[in-house]
Amino acid sequence: MAEVIEAASDTRTMNMIEAINSALDVMMERDDNVVIMGEDVGYFGGVFRCTAGLQKKYGKTRVFDTPISECGIVGVAVGMGAYGLRPVPEIQFADYIYPGIDQLISEAARLRYRSAGEYIAPITVRSPFGGGIFGGQTHSQSPESLFTHVAGLKTVIPSTPYDAKGLLISAIEDNDPVIFFEPKRIYNGPFSGYYDRPVEPWSKHAASAVPAGHYRIPLGKANIVREGEGLTILAYGTMVHVALAVVEANNVDAEVIDLRTLLPLDIETIEASVKKTGRCLIVHEATRTSGFGAELSALVQERCFYHLEAPVERVTGFDTPYPHSLEWAYFPGPIRIGRAIAKIMKD
Amino acid sequence: MADGPARTNLLPLALHVPEPRSRPGDPVDFSDVVIPAAGSMARPDEAISPHDMRDAAFGLVRVLDEEHQAVGPWDPRLPAETLLKILRTMALTRAFDERLYRAQRQGKTSFYMKCTGEEATSVSAAAAMQGDDMVFPSYRQQGILMWRGYPLVEMVNQIYSNAGDKLKGRQLPIMYSVPELSFFTISGNLTTQYPQAVGWAMASAIKGDTRIASCWCGEGSTAEGDFHSAMTFASVYNAPVILNVVNNQWAISSFSGFAGAERTTFAARALGYGIAGLRVDGNDALAVYAATRWAAERARANKGATLIEHFTYRAEGHSTSDDPSAYRSAQESAEWPLGDPIHRLKQHCIGLGIWDEERHAAMDLELAEMVKQATKEAEKNGVLGHGMHQPFETMFEDVFEELPWHLQEQMAQALEERAAKWPK
Repeated sequence: MAEVIEAASDTRTMNMIEAINSALDVMMERDDNVVIMGEDVGYFGGVFRCTAGLQKKYGKTRVFDTPISECGIVGVAVGMGAYGLRPVPEIQFADYIYPGIDQLISEAARLRYRSAGEYIAPITVRSPFGGGIFGGQTHSQSPESLFTHVAGLKTVIPSTPYDAKGLLISAIEDNDPVIFFEPKRIYNGPFSGYYDRPVEPWSKHAASAVPAGHYRIPLGKANIVREGEGLTILAYGTMVHVALAVVEANNVDAEVIDLRTLLPLDIETIEASVKKTGRCLIVHEATRTSGFGAELSALVQERCFYHLEAPVERVTGFDTPYPHSLEWAYFPGPIRIGRAIAKIMKD
Repeated sequence: MADGPARTNLLPLALHVPEPRSRPGDPVDFSDVVIPAAGSMARPDEAISPHDMRDAAFGLVRVLDEEHQAVGPWDPRLPAETLLKILRTMALTRAFDERLYRAQRQGKTSFYMKCTGEEATSVSAAAAMQGDDMVFPSYRQQGILMWRGYPLVEMVNQIYSNAGDKLKGRQLPIMYSVPELSFFTISGNLTTQYPQAVGWAMASAIKGDTRIASCWCGEGSTAEGDFHSAMTFASVYNAPVILNVVNNQWAISSFSGFAGAERTTFAARALGYGIAGLRVDGNDALAVYAATRWAAERARANKGATLIEHFTYRAEGHSTSDDPSAYRSAQESAEWPLGDPIHRLKQHCIGLGIWDEERHAAMDLELAEMVKQATKEAEKNGVLGHGMHQPFETMFEDVFEELPWHLQEQMAQALEERAAKWPK
């Protein structure tokens, strides 16, 4: 499935919040079965404003607030999916998703399999994730590898407004359950990793040009955001921008791949790139041990071993809870990435 | 703190760990079980505010009295044809359980779960709903499928995980899925179906549909968070759903006290949520029918959800993997003060002059033969463990709608392994 812009539509400048709102708006308009629910998503429009205006436009029975019960939110969404609706529940922070995890792992992910296709869970769970906003340990986590480990779930993480809209539309239209993590640090602008520099708005970035209408970015297709010959960097979400900034600042001949979808993973793009460059650096914000980087590292080793000229390196968050005051000591920023690049390129 | 100085002027705190009435070898005494007379509970209007019917959560809806006569305001006054159909369906459920339990003992499958003594809680409940109302059962409501006419051979195919099993041998025996009979796919995880049923009911309301939903769980699993999430959502959105708690006294070896039964009834869980709560003699098929019909009418009238506690007794083990003689008195089942649901309805029908012992005995023989024929038919499709009934490819199907590359690779690996292990 190629990137498809079905209807010629005008393009507007959007930040990631506006792009997500636009995707939801487009899908609610096109499909009466799309419903949105979550804590504070209705009248108020969500704590990050992603659902702003949608209740007014589509009514209270299609966009509504829920009790503070992630188990209930996901469980109810599974039942609605069984009825034939296409729910898009919001979990206010990824850090709060754990009470709903049994309904995701044991139910949503398994309905199709256990009923041999008689029941499906066509739900998209949206949730802001990641740190960099002084959210402390309960508003900063990156739990993506908990979900990539589950058979039957797809996990999607956008890095730009353009990608966020196209990927979210694909996720909602997908007949399997999708975990859609939104990197909240870059809701309002890309992030270089230098927290002490002014925030650059999305309007200065090419990917803020977003078609107003319906378009898809297929799940399972990575994006080569920078071509290069000397090193492959695999990243997603906020870390795509941080890695790019480091590469540009140090004039490294790196190919930077934004995975966009962790599962299903675009292994072809990864494999072709690493075979070309012979070096691979994996960057993610999540904790290191058993993180998604471990999976990527294993895959690269299995498929590209004889092309590798240096060990595969990982740059990640530390294996600690996300600290509040020491956030920028924890964050895998330019220094950690720069040193890893230097180490790989040395051999 | 354990090593700190004791404050000797204060009473030492004591932890209460619940203990059931009797353990193996103990005499059984059910005298503490309060059983109101049949017909003694008032039947409120279906539109009543939950706050005006609090007593219903502590009493017991009973229709059949000690002489098996139907009495009182909850008597659903069913025609003879319906009474006999409920009786027959309960008897069929029991005949099926008997035979499939033995099939497991004969090594034809891995696992089975009977619902002996609890037949009314599913058969009568299904009888009181519309056939297209959506049900989200737990693992002991096979009576619903019996009532809705699901072919027995399909059930046995599933239990044997054989070539005829439309679930491709993936699910533990008795975890049926029958969308054409509005029967949700059963989960082995407890009470996950509760919020799902509420969600289905909410969807039905969003769409202006007329179908309601109903779900079942055991009293033990009311302790799960899902139960309380479901109650909250059902309350908040006034969802058209019936929430059944089958209080059969035992969750494997844990008696109902470990779910809170020493403190209050399970129907009383409804009160804190502002939901209608009914407590019903679960061994009285007419009471179960009447309570379910009441709750269904209430839901259809947009008056909200009802929690129904079916007070009953699990007459047999939890499953074929369980030996209840290891933790409870063998006499409990025989001395259960609310009797047996099939016996009670049978005696009621005999009292009405529409049934007799001869016909009942003949029916039991007929049903046993019917089940036997279904198992014979299913055995033609194989039994578990004797050959591989599903192509290896099916293991990888339905994880996703489409097969991603990593599952394609793993499927190829499985097929290679098959070729190596079984060259033919």
